[in-house]
Amino acid sequence: MFIERIDIHPTHTRDKFKLRCGKPFPFGATLIPGGVNFSIFSRHATSCTLVLFDKNSPEPMAEILFPKEFRIGNVYCMVVFGLDYENIEYGHRMDGPNNFKQGHWFDNSKILLDPYAKIISGRDIWGVQPDWDNIYQYRGKIAFEDFDWEDDCHLDIPSEDLIIYEMHVRSFTKHPSSNVKHPGTFAAIREKIPYLKELGINAVELMPIFEFDEFENSRLNPQTGEMLLNYWGYSTVGFFAPKAGYAATGKLGMQADELKSLVKALHQNGIEVILDVVFNHTAEGNEQGNYISFRGIDNQTYYMLTPEGYYYNFSGCGNTLNCNNPIVRGMVLDCLRYWVSEYHIDGFRFDLASILGRDPWGKPLINPPLLETLAFDPILAKCKLIAEAWDAGGLYQVGSFPDYGRWAEWNGKYRDSIRNFIKGDGNINDMALRLQGSPDLYAETCRTPSASINFITAHDGFTLADLVSYNHKHNEANGENNNDGENSNDSWNCGVEGWTENQSINDLRQRQIRNALAILMISQGIPMLLMGDEIGRSKQGNNNTYCHDNELNWLDWTLLEKNVDLFKFVKNCIAFRKSHPILRQSHFLNQDNSGSTHPDITWHGTKAWNPDFSDHNRTTAFMLCGRQIGRNKKKDDYIYVAMNMHWEAHNFEIPKLHKSIQWHIFANTGVKSPEDSWEPGNEPLLDNQQEVLVGSRSVIILVGK
Amino acid sequence: MEFNAILETAENTAKIILSGELKASTAPTFKTEVEKAAATNPQRLVLVMKDLSYMASAGLRVLIFAKQKMGANVDIYIIAPQEMVMDTIKKTGFHHSVKIMDEYDNDKVEA
Repeated sequence: MFIERIDIHPTHTRDKFKLRCGKPFPFGATLIPGGVNFSIFSRHATSCTLVLFDKNSPEPMAEILFPKEFRIGNVYCMVVFGLDYENIEYGHRMDGPNNFKQGHWFDNSKILLDPYAKIISGRDIWGVQPDWDNIYQYRGKIAFEDFDWEDDCHLDIPSEDLIIYEMHVRSFTKHPSSNVKHPGTFAAIREKIPYLKELGINAVELMPIFEFDEFENSRLNPQTGEMLLNYWGYSTVGFFAPKAGYAATGKLGMQADELKSLVKALHQNGIEVILDVVFNHTAEGNEQGNYISFRGIDNQTYYMLTPEGYYYNFSGCGNTLNCNNPIVRGMVLDCLRYWVSEYHIDGFRFDLASILGRDPWGKPLINPPLLETLAFDPILAKCKLIAEAWDAGGLYQVGSFPDYGRWAEWNGKYRDSIRNFIKGDGNINDMALRLQGSPDLYAETCRTPSASINFITAHDGFTLADLVSYNHKHNEANGENNNDGENSNDSWNCGVEGWTENQSINDLRQRQIRNALAILMISQGIPMLLMGDEIGRSKQGNNNTYCHDNELNWLDWTLLEKNVDLFKFVKNCIAFRKSHPILRQSHFLNQDNSGSTHPDITWHGTKAWNPDFSDHNRTTAFMLCGRQIGRNKKKDDYIYVAMNMHWEAHNFEIPKLHKSIQWHIFANTGVKSPEDSWEPGNEPLLDNQQEVLVGSRSVIILVGK
Repeated sequence: MEFNAILETAENTAKIILSGELKASTAPTFKTEVEKAAATNPQRLVLVMKDLSYMASAGLRVLIFAKQKMGANVDIYIIAPQEMVMDTIKKTGFHHSVKIMDEYDNDKVEA
């Protein structure tokens, strides 16, 4: 016999609305049979009102006070029956104390966004000027969450096999040259999957895609009159909602479907999706900022506050989310679980992650509960956790980020070492460590090379083309008198600042770009490539383009034709990495896993077996022995890499191999395309098996087989 | 324009002719017709959208429901969608799950 549940019927009536006490979990607005369950936390509020709008309507159509019997602990929960849930927007008013020193900012005149809102309207179409007189700017909407994933699942690519491509959703296809139907959107990325596949990367890392307001702190550039925006989006409005303005269907409220469709398509093509997430602060800013959500819901809980009630500013953005408060910790965990389970996201890169290890008063914790919770969470168990292991409050934890055997780090030391080495200022000892996955940082604590996300360029700082073209940042277009952005770039312009027609300088720059990319792809650890570096993208020397919705950020696809030789070089380097498991070890080198007595890595100089680790030396070479592949991976070839960052060419004596094995040349950055690299498997035999001439500031990679 | 969903069944094919605006308030009507169609165990579900002028998120959801309700062995054909409807289907990736045609010819499909 079928017995109907009785808890689907209303118990209360307010005006035209039928209500009953809701379920406290899950937080947020959840569709249930016949109605919507609204649930929101506030410890210090004295009352809460649900505010309902017809879609796009300037004024609320209803306000429903949560009856006191609908408050369970510190959670207000209520079911409202019969809502036209596709056509409503919702928010809350909270009443309570307003006392700055105590950290309470309650103001029931404000309508507040639900921190768990899954869809947010208000900035539905990118760049459309908002109506600032609107009493409720960012409006919660109800999500359906019934996407048809078919047989899609997380790819679970082993960390050591990852090749990450860091990209900005809008910048990737906004340029007119992209030739896509809906430039700057999730849908457009789907059109460009064949390009990513041809390049060979197997993970995209999307710069922030949580709902943000591109108009936050927007202003006119005093010199050009151009509108400057919060373009990159490192300022979250809602942690559970995708950025509507990144969806061609945002105006229809279908951004979730569009993003899920992109994830599904990327998975079908063997590409994982990693999200760059910003939990260190919110878009509410400092004491002068607006009420959006947390400030009015429970300021004292959600933010780190000084004893005087001001916001701590470890983020450099005005406030700091109180991540190790148990409530906030729960929200972060809920959020990540949601993105993994509902959007099939494969990993996260945490912006200014060191903040996540601070206590509510800002002191670094030895055993931060949030980081531990994320590391051991069963739903996040297979996803990649990547820390930007520093913050704006001076905490720098590269090599010491609390990892619990799970966390990887953006390796800033790798970036600095490689940059210095390729411009001839590096330290060979330091370089040797970076090439091996930074064992000095990670081996002692039993971490693996995969703890090191190796990158030379990222969204912060110069592109690779600019790294070899500028000695100094040129951020005038940002309207901050060139005071913003990093001053220490370890860059070298090769003789002339910026664009030049000097052929020898341009040739050198091309070599330097290839040197950097070749080194990145033969380093142990996880390589990360910045969008466009594979085709020589420049940002005209601007190393902090956070505010530009223009060609400074947009990827110019005509570069693919112009720099097709570079693209081919990068493609070959990626394919080479994928072909050789010895380049992707899950353990640190200097071991004899196969028991063959052949060392897995040996160091050399211009004379074989004679490395020179002295200061100011600009040449080095190493050889990897493919026989040392263990742990279910097939045996590999020998790989020999000679690096000459001296301004003169040098002969390198090559280690002699067994007579059955001969050296073939995979890459030589000292010669021009098409002989700068070869498709793996088609490497030509090296004429002289005893020594090889490595040109000035060049890298040669040989494969012994 | 008033929404209408008319179900016609013949042999192995269930055809639903849609017109008007498919949104939250009208989606249940469409859903009911999909359920009736599924009950006939067709091999094909043909959705004629020539006169469907608008499709909101709720409409898309019924399409997804239709696909799940019919099962993997039933092909879904979308016939002559207008540009706005087609655009919505494509941007959200649903076009990978269905067959889109300008017109439906049962004989050609069976061949």
